[in-house]
Parts: sequence; C-alpha cells; structure tokens
Amino acid sequence: MAYFLQQLINGLTLGAIYGLIAIGYTMVYGIVGMINFAHGEIYMIGAFIALIAFALLAQIGVTSVAAALLIVLVVTMIFTSAYGWSVERVAYRPLRRSFRLAPLISAIGMSILLQNLVQVLQGARVKTLPPLIRGGFTLMEENGFAVTLSILQIVIIVTTTVLMVGFALLIERTSLGRAQRACEQDRLMAELVGVNTDRAISLTFVIGAALAAVAGVMVVLYYGVVDFFIGFLAGLKAFTAAVLGGIGSIPGAMLGGLIIGLTESLWAAYLPAAYKDVAAFALLILILIFRPTGLLGRPEVEKV
Amino acid sequence: MASPSYAVRPLAWAKESALTAAIAFVLALPLAGFRLPDGGAITLGFRPMWVVVAVVAVAIGRFLLAVNRDLGLMRGTNISLASLWSDARAAVAPYGWWIALSALALMVALPVLPFGTRRTLDLATLVLIYVMLGAGLNIVVGLAGLLDLGYVAFYAVGAYTYALLSVNFGLSFWMCLPIAGFLAAAAGLALGFPVLRLRGDYLAIVTLGFGEMVRIILINWHSLTGGSNGIARIPTPTLLGLQFTGAARLSFLYFIILALAAVTMLFAARIRVTAIGRAWEALREDEIACRSLGLNPTTIKLSAFAVGAMFAGLAGAFFAARQGFVSPASFTFMESAIILAIVVLGGMGSQTGLVFAAAVLVLLPEIFRDFAELRLLLFGAAMVLIMIWRPQGLVAHRDPSVRLAGRRS
Repeated sequence: MAYFLQQLINGLTLGAIYGLIAIGYTMVYGIVGMINFAHGEIYMIGAFIALIAFALLAQIGVTSVAAALLIVLVVTMIFTSAYGWSVERVAYRPLRRSFRLAPLISAIGMSILLQNLVQVLQGARVKTLPPLIRGGFTLMEENGFAVTLSILQIVIIVTTTVLMVGFALLIERTSLGRAQRACEQDRLMAELVGVNTDRAISLTFVIGAALAAVAGVMVVLYYGVVDFFIGFLAGLKAFTAAVLGGIGSIPGAMLGGLIIGLTESLWAAYLPAAYKDVAAFALLILILIFRPTGLLGRPEVEKV
Repeated sequence: MASPSYAVRPLAWAKESALTAAIAFVLALPLAGFRLPDGGAITLGFRPMWVVVAVVAVAIGRFLLAVNRDLGLMRGTNISLASLWSDARAAVAPYGWWIALSALALMVALPVLPFGTRRTLDLATLVLIYVMLGAGLNIVVGLAGLLDLGYVAFYAVGAYTYALLSVNFGLSFWMCLPIAGFLAAAAGLALGFPVLRLRGDYLAIVTLGFGEMVRIILINWHSLTGGSNGIARIPTPTLLGLQFTGAARLSFLYFIILALAAVTMLFAARIRVTAIGRAWEALREDEIACRSLGLNPTTIKLSAFAVGAMFAGLAGAFFAARQGFVSPASFTFMESAIILAIVVLGGMGSQTGLVFAAAVLVLLPEIFRDFAELRLLLFGAAMVLIMIWRPQGLVAHRDPSVRLAGRRS
C-alpha cells in the first residue's frame, strides 16, 4: 500500500510534466489540424535553456532558490516561445495551403533539425544539474518503507497547476483567447469577421512552447539530467496523452498527461521496467481502437 | 504578402532584415551564445562570436530575400532550380525507356567495369537497399496515401527473421527470404488491422509508436535477440551451395539486391494498373467517394500495408545477410525518416524520382563525411525547404494512373 502510494505521487509529478507538453499538441492540433512533430524538441530546447539560465544565475551569484526558480521560469518561457513562434513561421505557415502530408513532413524535418542543432551547439554528452530543492515530508510509514512527498514534487505540481489554470483563463477570458477559439472552430469564418488568424495561430504556438518550456524547467529540476534526445520520447508520450484526453481539448490534455504519468510509474513499479515506454504506445493504440475521440473529445464529423 | 513590383525600398528592406535579425538574436543567444559544460561542473562557456555570426547571416539572408522579392531578380529568368528541373525532364522524357534500359545495363555490368571497385559496389548495394525500401514505402505512402512512420519495424522483422533462422536453425538465405517477407507482411497486417480506421495523422503517430515498440522489444528481449549487442555471424547467402568470399561475395550480394530492387520496382510499376492498384490510388484521392462506390477501405488499406511491409521484410533479410550482423541500432526512427524522405523527395509515386532520391540521400552523406556532425542538421533543413519550395518532389510527380478522359482535378 505504501509502495503503491509512493508510485502514485511519482506518477502524478511525471503526469503533470507530460500534461504541460500535451497542451501544446492539443492546441495546435485544434487550430491548424496538424501534429506539431517538433513540439517535443521545443520542450527539449526549454530544458537546455533552463539549464543555461540556472548556470548563469549561479555564476553571477544568485543564492535564493525561490528567486532563481522564478527568474529561470520567466526567461525560459520567453526564449523557448521564440523558438515555437519561429518554427511555425518558417516551417508551417508557408504550407497552410499545401497538400495534407506536407506540414507533417516539414514538422519531421524541423524536429530532426532542432535536435541536431542542439547537439552541434551543446554537444552530445549528458548535461546535469545538481539537486537545488531538497527535503520533503514523510506521509506514512509501513514495514520500514516511508512514503515521501518531496518539496520538489510539491513545487512541480503547484507550478504546473497554477500555469495550466492561468493559460486556461487566458484562452477562456481574454480577447486573444477568444480569437484563438474562433479560429479553432472555423478559420475561414473567423477571418471573414475580422480575426487576425495568422496572429491567433502564432499565439497558439507561443503558448504551447511556453508551457513546454515550463515542462523543460520541471524536468531539469526533477531529474537533473538532460540530453539532446529527450524530446523524442517525451513528445511521443505527450502526444499520446493529448490523444487519450481527446485531441483539441485542453482539460483532456491535462487528464491524459496524468493518466500516462501514472501508467508509466505504476508499470515501472510492478511490471518489467524496461518495457515502460512500450506501455504508453500500447495504451495509445488501445485508445485509438476503442475510443478514437479520446476521453473528453468531441466526435469528429467528416463532411463531403 | 503583396508588394508593389519593382520598387526599390531600401528602408523597408532594412527594417525587415533588422526585425528578422532581432528574432535570430533571441534564438541564438541562449543556445549558441553559451555552452553548457559536460559533466557536473557549473562553468558556462561564453561564445559571443557565434551569436554575432548567426545574427549577421540571418540579417543578410533576409535582406537578399526581400530584395529579390521586390525587384523580381529571379522572375522572368529561367535560373531557378525548379524550372531547370522541368526543362531537363522535358528534354529527356522521350528517351525515358532508353535511359532506363541503359542505366539497368550499366548497373548489371557494374562489377566488371573498371570503376566497379569494392567501395563503389558497396555504395551501390546500399543505394539499392534504399531503393527497395523506398519502393515498398512508396506503395503505402505514395500510392495508398497512408503515412507510415514506423516502416523500419518491418525492415527489422525481416532482418531478425533471417538472422535468427539462419543462426539458430541453419536455414539458408533462399529459404528465409520468403519467410521474412511473409512474417513482415503478417506484422503489417497485425498492426494495420486495428489502426487503419484512423485518420492520416493518427495513423502516422501510431505507426511511429509501433516502430519504437518493436525497437524497444528488440533491445530488451535478451534471450532471443541478444539485446543491444544484436546477433553476429549471420551466414552469407550461397548460390546452389556455392560459397562466395571476398570480392566475389560483394558482387554476388550486389546482384541479389539488384534483382530484388528490380522486382520491387517492376511490381510497383505494374500494380498501379491492376484493380487493387487503382483502388489504392482512388482511396488516396477520396476515401468517402470510394466507400460510396462500394470499395471496402479497410481491406484495401490492409493490402497496401501488407505488400509494403513484405518488401521491407525482404530488404531486411538481405540487409542482415549483407552485414552479417544485426542490432536494434540499425532500426531507429531516423531510418524510417530517411526512407520517408526518399519517397517524398522522389515525388510520391514516381519511380525514377525514387532511384534518384535514394542515390542522393545515400551518397551525399558519404561525400560529406567530414561534416558528419552537420549532416543530419542539413538533412532536416532540406526536408523543410523542399516541402516549402517543391512539395511535389525533386524529380517528378505522378498523377493518378487512370483518370476519366478530359478531366483534370
């Protein structure tokens, strides 16, 4: 029981990170109907920028962990958003009227490009960060096994929740968000009534990238190990989460992220850990067979 | 962006290029400007020059693009790559068959020609493997319009089939070849059956996930596959019990893959005009129309999937025989991406384009060996640029093989 509870806590933390990345997939799919294959790389770039920002702050002598964390979050979100914006501008916008597979192939190219760009610029070796936030609480003890909830896990879950709610409010309440939702429902119609659709699409990519950047910061804090290849698997899993929750639905992406995180950590705990990555894909295939619209998705009606 | 034609607007150009340079600065500052240390230490490297170079290069590039757009330097002239291609194509089109035949003759004679050295033979074999893989994937992506990002999984199935059967049971290459094709096709059916009801993009991701699953299983199923160490000492094919070694082995392998690739190409060319080939193309063009005409999309897609997978399996068996060694490292997503790039660059559905694209993608990295680090980076950039400038592929584009007289869509 204690072991299970511990896995639950770990899974929730992991799930929060996947959920953040999944929102980017789901929003982009909602508005332009394409899988932003490079989104996993954006998250990886976020993690690298976060590491650089931490290192820079340490060098200029910032000692307060809370201040450092806040600065790193803001800086990483800004710089990573620039990447998200540029990727859309360079690789996807010229292809809006192209054939169906063109944006996806371009996205695959972009993903390979970004991955290798980071490898060339930062080297292929693993980058590490010593643990910054230590300590935690022991929730319960059973047969000598202590269930701990670390402060770091609390920080991750709280930050994630706050940011998700913030962005959900941005989409729900502001005029920018309204334009974004209008484009999602009917791009042509939105354009006809005066919505700047290019800007709305750019905004979607920027928000997606900013949330992926947060996920990058969190993963740097949580695991402390980053290399240029982390975007691929994380991207796939986050996409699975987005599909699981129902693509196009933001609450669905969060829910899907949590389920994927829990599945993964419980699988690793009770079943052969080497196959935990298989679990996510198997789950994806199962969902698509039995419930292609996802848990919270709307059924898609195809018109001739 | 509409702009007054032939207007000299240096201010506007400068503004445009400055804006782009500003964005380039933001992009380059963290990742190019700083270098994280390897290992645990926290001393950042600082490289201001890299940022400057990147920003200046982007500024100049954007300025030139803007000048070109407003002054129409490329307009009206025939110096663009695209028009060069179409001119060249129009010029050689009447001799298409002769060129194809002489190319085939050249390829058959390659081992006895003076430049048929070990290295050229080796490279030619490699190119032909990719031609075969490309032709197989072309059936799935080009003809049937199903984006398969996990094609390498079927390649792996074929390779491991031969490796395991020959090492454990001593079966010969010629026995294993059909088995490998059959098992790969079965894997294609097994994957295709549940997922082919999905829309294009979902299908792409699921196939990608399948490819990764196969690789993870290959790595972790130690007792069967040897894990990351792979399987070594896979025997070379024999001809009626005849063993080949050294240069003769190389030529023999080359002829096998030449025959396999030729059969695949011929099959792909001829299947277009059969009922199933037409059904694939029809399905690619409009699934709903197909359904209303009484075609069953699932079985048609399944057949495309299985046939494509079969060719990957055959190529995989050959790959294992040629290398004498297989490991999961040969079957990564990059491999799938390269095969897909061959199909896309070749202009989905085109045969000559396919051979050309396979040659370019396999030989270019060999030529630019010294820039190994930048290789994949340029590869990714090329994929994006080609989609933007020539989405119909470098060489040719095949329209549906059969269409009603006088109707162009």
